[in-house]
Amino acid sequence: MNAASTFSALAEPNRYQIVELLRQRPLPVGQIADRLRLQQPQVSKHLRVLSDAGLVEMRPVAQQRIYALRHEPLKEIDEWLERYRRLWEERMDRLEAVVDELKRKERKK
Amino acid sequence: MIAEDLKVTLPSDTEIVMTREFDAPRRIVWKAMNDPDLIPRWWGPRKYETVVEYMDFRVGGKWRFLNVGADGQTFGFSGEYLEIVEPEKVVQTMGFDGVPGEVGRNTVRLTERDGRTLITETSVFSSKAARDAMIASGMESGARETYERLAELIATLK
Repeated sequence: MNAASTFSALAEPNRYQIVELLRQRPLPVGQIADRLRLQQPQVSKHLRVLSDAGLVEMRPVAQQRIYALRHEPLKEIDEWLERYRRLWEERMDRLEAVVDELKRKERKK
Repeated sequence: MIAEDLKVTLPSDTEIVMTREFDAPRRIVWKAMNDPDLIPRWWGPRKYETVVEYMDFRVGGKWRFLNVGADGQTFGFSGEYLEIVEPEKVVQTMGFDGVPGEVGRNTVRLTERDGRTLITETSVFSSKAARDAMIASGMESGARETYERLAELIATLK
């Protein structure tokens, strides 16, 4: 499992919608299809990709297959995102220090 | 005055756009960004020393910067200036020694309003292969959604 496969699984808009929907609560395939107005086989295909990426897991409850989000891969993205943002923030903060210094010098003139 | 936060968006499969506002006219931001003597003070991450090996700041001119770690580990970046419109726009190519053969294009635009300057930096990758190489090295551009949207989603899952 890595951030790249999580990202590529989420890059497809319908799959992203499914993840957003499951964020509220676990749901069976039929209800996911109804709410997103998709065909059930189509939803099953997307769920398979999400499941392969480790983003969802299936729990059989009575006769139904209930799909729920797994939080671990999203946490991984979160950590990656933070690293990336920190790098850029740091760079821009340092640039800001240089800009402020140039501004001060100009005022003294 | 507090500068506006960094924003990162993904407008297409091959682009990454970053914006950040500064409380200064763009003439000053331009100087801070493009003066070779000032580059070492901001270009790289704090934990690396940034060395300007060369910087021929004119159209067709080449540049090469190094990030040197405390242990001597060195990462080289280089490129060529394609377009320079002072004080509003610089277009350059950018390559990383760690991903040989892949050259991205980087456009920095400075827009000034009420004495404040917005930096918009757009990175365009040459191909899916280049993009995937960047993903592998920790920089992502595969998702259509913006980082913000993803971050929002993640925040609600915590």
